[in-house]
Order: sequence, then structure tokens, then C-alpha cells
Amino acid sequence: MNIHTNTDHYLHRKKIIAWIVMGVGMLLLVRLFILQIADPSYKVFARSNFLRHITDYPSRGLIYDRHGELLVYNEAHYDLMVIPGQVGDIDTLAFCKLLNIDVATFESRLLQARRHSRFRASVFERQISKTAFAAFQEKLFRFPGFFVQPRTLRKYSYPVATHTFGYVGEAGPNIINNDPYYRPGDYIGISGIERAYEKELRGQKGLRIRMVDVLNRDIGPFQDGRYDTLGVAGKNLYTTLDTRLQLYGEKLMQNKRGSIVAIEPSTGEILSLVSSPSFDPGLLVGRQRTRNYRALQNDTLKPLFNRALMAQYPPGSVFKLISFLIALEEGVISPTTSHGCAGIYHTRGISIRCRPHPSPVNAITGLQHSCNTYSSIIFQNTLNQPLFNNIQDAFTQWRDYVRSFGLGQYFGSDLSYELPGIVASADYYDRIYGPGGWRSQTILSLGIGQGELGVTPMQLANMTAAIANRGHYFTPHTVKAVGDPQNSNTQYALANNIPISREHFETIVYAMQRVVNDGTASFSRIPDIDMAGKTGTVQNPHGENHSVFVAFAPAENPQIAISVIVENAGHGSVWAAPIASLMIEKYLSGEVKRHWFEQRVLDASFLTAMP
Amino acid sequence: MTQRSNIFNNIDKPVLFLYLTMVAIGWLNIFAAEYAETQKHVFDFSTSYGKQLIWICTAFILAASVLMIDVRFFTNFSQIIYGVFILLLTGVLFFGVEVNSTRAWFQFGGLAFQPSEIAKYGTALALASLMGSARLRKPGHLMRLKAFLLVLVPAVLVLLQKDVGTTLVFASFILVFFREGWLSGLALFFAGLAVALFVLALVFNELIIIGILALIGITIAIIMRKKPKIFPQLIGLFLLVAIYVYSVDFVFENVLQPHHKARIEVLVHGGADLQGAGYNLHQSKIAIGSGGLWGKGFLQGTQTQFNFIPEQTTDFIFCTIGEEWGFVGSLLIIGLFLALLMRLITLAERQKSVFGRVVGYSAVSVIFFHFAINIGMTIGLAPVIGIPLPLISYGGSSLWGTTLLLFTFLKLDAKRLEML
Repeated sequence: MNIHTNTDHYLHRKKIIAWIVMGVGMLLLVRLFILQIADPSYKVFARSNFLRHITDYPSRGLIYDRHGELLVYNEAHYDLMVIPGQVGDIDTLAFCKLLNIDVATFESRLLQARRHSRFRASVFERQISKTAFAAFQEKLFRFPGFFVQPRTLRKYSYPVATHTFGYVGEAGPNIINNDPYYRPGDYIGISGIERAYEKELRGQKGLRIRMVDVLNRDIGPFQDGRYDTLGVAGKNLYTTLDTRLQLYGEKLMQNKRGSIVAIEPSTGEILSLVSSPSFDPGLLVGRQRTRNYRALQNDTLKPLFNRALMAQYPPGSVFKLISFLIALEEGVISPTTSHGCAGIYHTRGISIRCRPHPSPVNAITGLQHSCNTYSSIIFQNTLNQPLFNNIQDAFTQWRDYVRSFGLGQYFGSDLSYELPGIVASADYYDRIYGPGGWRSQTILSLGIGQGELGVTPMQLANMTAAIANRGHYFTPHTVKAVGDPQNSNTQYALANNIPISREHFETIVYAMQRVVNDGTASFSRIPDIDMAGKTGTVQNPHGENHSVFVAFAPAENPQIAISVIVENAGHGSVWAAPIASLMIEKYLSGEVKRHWFEQRVLDASFLTAMP
Repeated sequence: MTQRSNIFNNIDKPVLFLYLTMVAIGWLNIFAAEYAETQKHVFDFSTSYGKQLIWICTAFILAASVLMIDVRFFTNFSQIIYGVFILLLTGVLFFGVEVNSTRAWFQFGGLAFQPSEIAKYGTALALASLMGSARLRKPGHLMRLKAFLLVLVPAVLVLLQKDVGTTLVFASFILVFFREGWLSGLALFFAGLAVALFVLALVFNELIIIGILALIGITIAIIMRKKPKIFPQLIGLFLLVAIYVYSVDFVFENVLQPHHKARIEVLVHGGADLQGAGYNLHQSKIAIGSGGLWGKGFLQGTQTQFNFIPEQTTDFIFCTIGEEWGFVGSLLIIGLFLALLMRLITLAERQKSVFGRVVGYSAVSVIFFHFAINIGMTIGLAPVIGIPLPLISYGGSSLWGTTLLLFTFLKLDAKRLEML
């Protein structure tokens, strides 16, 4: 039994070993308790490991013209997406070869995506080519963490109406932070109709939750698709645009700076909206968008600038239409009131020149010859009426008339980024000249459409439509119906009335017919079509004057009201009026018979003259 | 009573029960880990759960054989058995197949066999024989050297297979040495200190560690100022530790292979590289951590069923348990292991012979080391060195090795009263 006596004094070591074993066992249990019960983060990790949230992007709504012709549609493309947290040990070289990028690019993009989120998808490569897509579809299982997201891109039937359609771009950080609908990489309408009708066009994104295994293979829907939502396709838009007229307008404006706005007076529907120079809307789609946008931004001709809605010009002589109407309504003149014109108008140190024309003139012939003297006299008489206590009240009433034509304010319809123009208030003059320190002659230039006045081509066209309607207008807009062509937009059906009697409008319409038939615009008379119009020449301190013309036709049953501005082209009768007459002829008769007249416009170029 | 009926009556029932329970749980989890991928029949022998059934059956035959062989076979032939395994370990270096950059396997058709898993058994027998023979006197230096070489030779051979994990298992025999009094408690303490310093030296700057150690040394010196004769020892110890701490970095940078370095770095620096070396650990923690209290249920583990964890039937089998059975499952497995180890310690202590006790403590040491490191590495407490969880993980060699060790000890235990 000396076996035991030999080892007995090491017996206590049994306890030490037992304590070590139990101690390590407890250590493991504590750690497991922390991992499995105390710390919830691993449950989140596990979900993101095998759940893949797949967004179904619905196709964006289509855009049609007023006759149902398709103008804007979609084309499928594919974005390569990455979830950085799931990128395993992949063959980077093979991957880069498929995409035709180098490893450094790969690393930096992955880093960028990781900075955004480890568990949310980021775009790794936008709009991959069809061949790359085919190659990826085959080998995707080799690249865990990557997947292909089908998307759609805009396509255009004609390279026209760019400013009206606007464009679609990726939602920026501002939008993403303020609107939970948008995620990085999502598209959003940036301007034009795409922006104004973004909610209708985009539809509703769908979400599918799929389960994937470690090789990124789809295993099936999560909980039988209980949390999936279906995407809803965007609604189609039926615009008011007339494609033929739009195409023709852009053609006429080639090599010119300026704009054309044509409105159907009886509805306020915009038939065409031309801003020149323009560009192909397809340039702002797809991978080249950023580069093209930068090039357009740097273009000295400013093609991105939507002149029809954002260029503010002093209206010049076309403003006399409003000036005369106010004078008639106020009873300052009757149609037959006549004044003599000596080619220049003097009043207390101010003189305004006039072109040579027969004298004396009345309300009709004054407008017909665009007499500055007559305009100045009636403007002063309007403001100097004895019923007003002071100039401020007189001016404010005059200004209210002007604003009732839609000048100096936003239309607030579906036009993106319109500017309100300028119609200065009495307060403005009080600030400059001191309260009441100004007289009618101080602001005399307003009477001939110069001075503190700014109008957009859109406002000019609307003003013309109001005259064509003899005293009211419908808010101009570009979309007739959303979703279904029968489902018309009723919000623009209410007329905006101008507080001037119809008889005075008839007088002015008659004068406008005389302008075309036997006045400043007689050069642009259209055979068989009774057009009413008014020329304008906007003084431009920076260079050649701007050529302006407003018109509507037929005079008795107006179907189109139009404004044309050609920058740096001189007198309104020379270029703006011919273009307007060609547009009207095209719209009303379907074809233009005055070929030499048309060719003269097409050949003209005013891009070399600096503004 | 015949001897045969005796043996089945005398073997320890708790150990037998624990053994069978753990093998059954192991098979269920191997099945779960591979189920989704294949969904083949239970008896399809191309799957690992199918193969494991064969291994389990052969392990049972092996266990029965061990119980029936005369107990003197083990005591008398232990040196020869050891020699055979040394030969196998040498042979595998020349005739083995290479799997995952280690040359540790013999291949027979669809089944592979890893001699290093069973070499531990041979080492235990040889060590038991040596220590048993020295029972009447205190071990001399030559005896200590022999014992040390008995463990070192197979360890070096396994290292030559580039299987660092299994090599480290041989270090577990330190517990046997300790229990038998061949190693002082101080040595065990220093062994533990060496491991702790190794890890600390990798985590912290060497200067910080040496500074702290210097402070501790000075404190001890002040307390012990009445006994100035220990000062030279204290200073010597301090210098030794300082050199060791500095050499850790050198060993780490120049001796270890890149994938070992990466695995240790993952451990000490908290898994910064989730795509590379840290991937296994990260996925393993996700699987276990997502199990919660009750687990996701048998065959319901998303991480397990969608194969996010590599080597899940072998080294990472605990992930399946952790995910599908939750903390309750973890508690069960750890409870089973602790119960087995405690029971084995009790049995070892009741041996009448040093031989039997050494075999018992060898079983305790080897199983404990595998258990602690394997579970530890799945939850980030130990470096990922790739050793299986005994009786649970897939793999015939490991199951055979553990079965041989356990049942040889059970046989010795059953016959303990006949052995002197």
C-alpha cells in the first residue's frame, strides 16, 4: 500500500485541477450568456446576414402629347449593387475584369459604400452594359454581397420640349434626409413636368424580403412573403403639348436666342413651350448625365436656362395693350379720343421719342402705329385723374389692373421654376423718391412698357390669351390629365377675370387686327387667317434690341395665343412677328404655304451678336 | 460470476451514459449543420452525418473490444502501442494526403484517418507506464526527461504535419505531470503566466508590461525586505520575464505562419478583419449570439441552414448548438462536459494504480483542453486553432481517439481492484 503513501501528498492537487476545469467551464458560460442573452446585436447581424431587401422599382409614368402621341417612355437597365457587410472573400481580379475597372477603383468604391452603410445596399456601378449584366447574372454566386438591381431610364421620342419635360436624376442627400421615401441611388424628377408630377410619375416602390444563403443564392421569400409589398406603377401623364407645333417652333428658333409660348386661350393649355437654345433631353439620362450636365452648364449660350419661364424682359410696346385697356376702362379715353404726335413727347424735362407715323392718332391708330406719344399721354392722364387723392392710390389701382393679367406673380400651376416677373409697387417708388415724392412723369416709361417692368414669355402669352378671351384667362398649364386621358385636370378650369369691360377688349382686338393688316406687323399677315397681334421692341442696353411679338388667331374665334421673343434681333416686326405668324399658320392650317417666308426665318442666326 | 459478465456490470454507468448522450447530440447537430444543403437520407453515406453513423458504429465496436481485451494488454504493451503511433505519425508525413495545408491524414477511399488524434491515446498509455514504474521513488532527472520526451516526440511529429492546433493539445499533459507531482505548482503557475504574458505582449506595448512587472517586483522586494537573499532570484525572474515578453514579438513575427498570426491577431484585436481571418469568428459569434435563450429550434437556425459558417460539422459544430438550441443548449453541452470531466477526476482518484490514474488524468487533460479551446474559439475566447469538440464534432479519428482513451480508462477502472 505504499503506492498511496507515495502520492498522497499530491492529493490536494485534485482540487486544483477540478477548480481549473470548473473555472474554465464557468468562464465559457458567462461569455455565452453575454453573447446569447445580454447582447442583442448578434440577432441583428444574423438577420442582415440572410435577409435581402429587394426594392421593386415601378416603371415611371409615360408622358403623352395632347393627341395621345407617346413622347417620354422608359428603357430597362441594370445597376450593380453592393452590401459591403456581406462581401466575402471574392476573386477581386476576376470581378474587376468583368466590370473593366482596376483594383484600386474597386477598393475605393467598396470603401465609399462601406462609409454609407455596411448593411444597406449602395450602387457599385451604375447602368452596367447588357454584356456585363449577362456575365454577372451567371457568376453572381461567386461574388457574395453583390446583386443586380433592375431600373428604368427615360427615353424620348423626339429630342424636343426638354425644358418642359425636365429631367430625372439621382436623389441628393438633401432630399434623402428630408423625405423617407427616397434612398441613395433612387431617382427623382429634378425639373419640368418630371418634378411637378414626381409623386404621380414615380408610383410606389415595392419591397420584397428574400432569404439568401452564404453563396448569395436565393432561397425563397422570408416568411412566405408576409412583409412584402407590391410596387405600383407610375401614372401616365397626358400633356397639353402639340408635338407638331413644338417641333416646328424649335426648328424656327434654331440659331436664335429666345422663346415661343403658345396657349389655347379657351382652356389655358400650353400648346408649345420653346426655349432656345435647347438640347436633346437624352443628354441628361444615364451614365453620361453628369458630364453632359457640366458641359451644358459651362455653355455660354446657357441652354439649361428655361427662357420661356425664367427670362424676365421689359415688355416694350406690347405692354401698350394693357395700358390702352386700362385707359379705356378708366374712361380717360374713348376709342375716338385723338392726340397729335410730333415724333417726340416732352413733359417736365422728360422726352420720349416716337417713330414717324400719320398724326393725329386715336386709340385704334395709336396702337396700330405703336405711338409712344399717345401712350405717354394716356398713361399720365390715367394716373392724374382727380378722383385719386395721391399718386400712390392712383398707381396702386393701375398696378392692380396690370396684375390682373397675370403679370408680376406666379401662376402656381404645374410649371417648375417659373419666375414671377416684376411689377414694382407704390412702396418701391416711395422708397426711392421718398413718400409721395414722385409723379406720373417720374414713372412715364412704364406707359410704353419700359422701366420697372419684367415679364416672362409665358406671362406675355397668357396676357395675349386673356385679350383673345376678351377679359379672362385660364391658368396656363402643361398637363391635361393624370392616369387616364378622360380624367382631366379640373383645377385649371376656373377663369381668372380681368375687371375691364368686354367692349374695350373688342376695341383693342380690332386695333390688333389693324396692326397685322395695316400696321407694324403687316409684313407677317397670313393669307386666309385673321390674326390679331402687337409688335414690341425691347430696348437692350447691352446690345441689339430684342424682337417681340404677341398674337392670337383667328381673331373672332381664337384657338391659339402666342408670344415670341427673339433676343438681339431688332424690331418686333422683323423676326418675332414672322415666327409667330408661321406658328399660327402651322397650327391652324396644318402646313405652311409661305415657303420663302419660312426659309428666311430658318436661315436667320442671332447667336453671334453678344447680349 | 465470470469475468465477462463482470466487466459490463463494473464499468462506470455515469460515464457511459454521458458518452452515449454526447455522441447522440453530436450526430443530431452534424445532421442539422448539413441538412439544408443536401436533404438526403439519413443513411446516405456520402454525407457527413451518414459517414458519422459509420464512425459511431465502429467506435462502439472499438469500445466493446477494449472492454473485452485483457487489462494486462494495456499495461504491458503500452510502450509498443506508443511506438506504433509514432511510426504512424512518421508515416503520415510521407504517405499522407494534404488537407488544408496540413499533412495529417491517411486516405482510405471516402474515409480519412488522422493518426495524430489517436497518438494522444498512445502517449497517455506510455506516460502511464513510465510514471507507474516510477511509483516507488521520487522521479529523477532522467525520468523527468524521459517523460518529457514521451510527450515532445509526438508533438514535434504533429507539428511537422503543420497541425499547430493538435500539437498544442499535447501541452495539456502538463495537468497530468502536475497531478503526479512531476511538476511543481510553481511550474504550473509559470506555464499559465507564460500564456497570459504571450497574449498580453501581443495586445499591449512590451514596455508597459515590463513597467508593470517592475512595479510588482519592487513591491514584493519592499514587502520582503527582511529576506534580502531572495533579491537575486527576484531580479533573475524579472530579467527572464522581460526577455520572454520581448521574444514573444520575435516569435510572433518570425516563427508563426501567417494564418496563425492572423488568427491570434483576430483574437487579441477583436476581429477587425471580418472578410479575412476574422470571418469565421464573426459568423460563429453571429450564429451563437442569435440563438438567444431557447434557440431557433432544430433545423431552424438561419445561419446554420444557409451555411454562413465554414467547417461547421467539425471545428464549429458548437455554432449549430448555440444557434438552434440557444443558451439552454450551451448550458446543456457545457454541463455534460463538466459532468464528464468531474466524474473522470473522481474515477481517476479512486484508482489503485498510478497507471490507471495517469490514464484517467490524461483523458481529463485532453478532453478538457479540446472542450475549452474549441468552445472558446467559437465565442472569441481562444484563437481559432481548429481542433474538434470531442464526441460532438464530425470526424472518425477524433471519435476513435476519445473512445479509446475513455474506454481504456473505464476498463482499468472496472478492474481497479484487480490491479496493483
